Amino acid sequence: MKYALSALAGATALAISLIAGPAAAENDGIIVYNAQHESLAKEWAEGFTKETGIKVTLRNGGDSDFSNQIVAEGAASPADVFLTENSPAMVLVENAGLFAPVDADTLAQVPQDYQASSGKWVGIAARSTVFAYNKTKLSADKLPKSLLDLADPSWKGRWAASPSGADFQAIVSALLQLKGEAATADWLKAMKANFTAYKGNSTVMKAVNAGEIEGGVIYHYYYFGDQAKTGENSKNVELHYFKNQDPGAFVSVSGGGVLASSKHQKEAQAFLKWVAGKGGQEVLKNGQSFEYAVGKGAESNPKLVPLTDLQAPKVDAATLNSKKVTDLMTAAGLL
Amino acid sequence: MQSAVDLARSSLPSKTRRRAHRRVAPSIVTAAVLVSLLALVPLAFIIWIAVQTGWETVSALIFRPRVGELLVNTGLLVLLTVPIAIVLSVSLAWLTERTDLPGARLWAWLCVAPLAIPAFVHSYAWITILPGLHGLWAGVLVSVIAYFPLLYLPVSAALRRLDPALEDAAAALGLGPWRVFRRVVLPQLRLAICGGSLLVGLHLLAEYGLYVFIRFDTFTTAIVDQFQSTFNGPAANMLAGVLVSCCFVLLGLEVLVRGEERYARVGSGAARHQPRAHLGRATILCLLLPGITTLLTIGVPFITIGRWLVAGGTEVWRFDEIGLALGQTLFLALAGALLATIAAMPMAWISIRAPGPLQRVLEGCNYIVGSLPGVVIALALVTITVRIALPLYQTLFTILVAYALMFLPRALVSLRASIAQAPIELERAASSLGRAPLNALWSTTIRLSAPGAAAGMALVALGIMNELTATQMLAPNGTRTLAMAFWSYSGEIDYASASPYAFIMVAMSLPLTWLLYVQSKRMAGR
Repeated sequence: MKYALSALAGATALAISLIAGPAAAENDGIIVYNAQHESLAKEWAEGFTKETGIKVTLRNGGDSDFSNQIVAEGAASPADVFLTENSPAMVLVENAGLFAPVDADTLAQVPQDYQASSGKWVGIAARSTVFAYNKTKLSADKLPKSLLDLADPSWKGRWAASPSGADFQAIVSALLQLKGEAATADWLKAMKANFTAYKGNSTVMKAVNAGEIEGGVIYHYYYFGDQAKTGENSKNVELHYFKNQDPGAFVSVSGGGVLASSKHQKEAQAFLKWVAGKGGQEVLKNGQSFEYAVGKGAESNPKLVPLTDLQAPKVDAATLNSKKVTDLMTAAGLL
Repeated sequence: MQSAVDLARSSLPSKTRRRAHRRVAPSIVTAAVLVSLLALVPLAFIIWIAVQTGWETVSALIFRPRVGELLVNTGLLVLLTVPIAIVLSVSLAWLTERTDLPGARLWAWLCVAPLAIPAFVHSYAWITILPGLHGLWAGVLVSVIAYFPLLYLPVSAALRRLDPALEDAAAALGLGPWRVFRRVVLPQLRLAICGGSLLVGLHLLAEYGLYVFIRFDTFTTAIVDQFQSTFNGPAANMLAGVLVSCCFVLLGLEVLVRGEERYARVGSGAARHQPRAHLGRATILCLLLPGITTLLTIGVPFITIGRWLVAGGTEVWRFDEIGLALGQTLFLALAGALLATIAAMPMAWISIRAPGPLQRVLEGCNYIVGSLPGVVIALALVTITVRIALPLYQTLFTILVAYALMFLPRALVSLRASIAQAPIELERAASSLGRAPLNALWSTTIRLSAPGAAAGMALVALGIMNELTATQMLAPNGTRTLAMAFWSYSGEIDYASASPYAFIMVAMSLPLTWLLYVQSKRMAGR
């Protein structure tokens, strides 16, 4: 019986360590559900830990899966902070009543335009929609005047996007808010007929650069990021900004919020304050992310077209509807 | 191996056998039933979600053009890939097993080696060389390259065991070599081809990363898309339901095609070793096939990984990051393999020592669940833990359970083979010397089956190391395996930074693939 007992003891010890292991890790610092680019979030986390000594564990994923995941987890969510690339995911979590109010001095760091009016989440960065095109295949005078032009049959087979990504879905949510449900559904149907699907905006740009396709709807910073590295995937690429308050000139606000269920409110609020504040915003200016800084008085990377020159449409970030967008896209056969 | 079991069994009167195990069997059977019930949870879950969602929503989500598109894509992929893989594997197996091809043993090993390269790394290599590669034919090309060894292994093993007497008889009756091959050899390979095709087909249904690189949408990629857009929405679960049905179709087809013919030798005596055919002047031509195959399956990935490693220089070897990922991957692989082996133990024991209808049903459950794509099992476990068993959510325990369910059949097959070789008399002797039933089992059969358990664990570990989708969905916070890191870098088109991870995954898988190769040789008795 000795063997059986020792085997049992071993198995129990293993089981306990398996279940208790992760729980122990949670008491150590904060857990951030990070939908931002891993490299950027890592820089933020390291900068914050260096300054405060508070450990940050990142769980990396996308806007939409995390927002839905947090809603499914409800009050039991292991997450303390949620960072996104776009606003709709923030809205989803806010509407489920799962955010704690953001500290007033954090909100004070960011202009009104880049935060939720409810004060439940705050902008941490921004990105602009662009039409990235291959300059050897498309001349500047043949460019679409509006995002809506891409629904025209003349654009069949000539443009690309990454429909499964939250980035593109955010652009659709802006379209939905600006033009209404019927127009959006029609546009998506035309899109299904016209466009080529890729997975990920980097992949779209790579295909545009290689001349596989003439252009693609992505965000601006992929181009600058690649240019700063080797330029290998962007040397034939040029960016077209739609401007004129076009839906295609949409500037998407990346958000950050603290979960009401977090057992580390103080640390979580401190992290958000740091990201929206001087330290976090300087990472945007000096790092390799090339996203726009949104903090008051914070400067973006000088290589970028200034945020104020983009003539973005007025979109209320707090009411972008991600659920409706995925339903419409599923109905159009894009998902 | 099977015959040894039958011998041991038939030499004992059935009553004695039953009495000997009366005391042990109930606890082991209970354990086996529990494991099988647990294995059925993901399946039950999908049905339950479908019932809960209501027919109207279900039909709206299933009967839509997108699902039709995916069905056509997935169906064509299987229909094209499997036959090509069969032709390639049979040709290669014949060349390496039945001819005097120079370096036949080396070629045989090289035909198995592609298994050491994760499917998504194959795709990564091809997309580097041909950036525009996409669509159905690209899918077929890379799938054949990544998965044909799953057919080559059983086919070459079967070819090795064939009794040459049948072929001699056919030749003596006037059939030419081609007709002998078609009418005598090929029918005898049927079981191996069916089994291998099933494995290839199931892998095609389950694979994710491979098809993302080359932009080919299958059910699995669509489920992951839906998961990324809605977490655990009903659309993802309904797609999973259709995918599961596809798996069942494949399983059913295999049973139908397999048939029930007799393949064993009639009469006494043992089969001779076959003579190897002389290729003569055709040797050079015949060398081209394994040569080109190796170039495409091993050459392309190695050249590309090498190219990116050189391009990335020392900068891409971020040792702290890589070390952490390596450690976590090894830990998950070992712990998962251990759990799968422990879970497989009762079932393996019953299937050798006390086979019967119950055992066959239980075993069938495990194989069916093992054939489900990782994404389906992960989706079920995520939803179940988050809704019902929250303390288990995002824990190491849950992900290990997922691994165990996915890879249980691998552990089961190896364990069963070595339990069959452990004489039952030892268990009885231990009992008669006064050991308690489970203790007697522990000190005899379980110890003797250690080599099989180790081989099974290695195979499970190989699967876990290269697993991506389930790991991403279930991993505890802060987990970053080699596959996850590779995926994250290649998603940002940072192929150079991804290359060290690809290199390590391949380097760690190669010895395990070698083990697989040696094991298949041993099973064939040579």
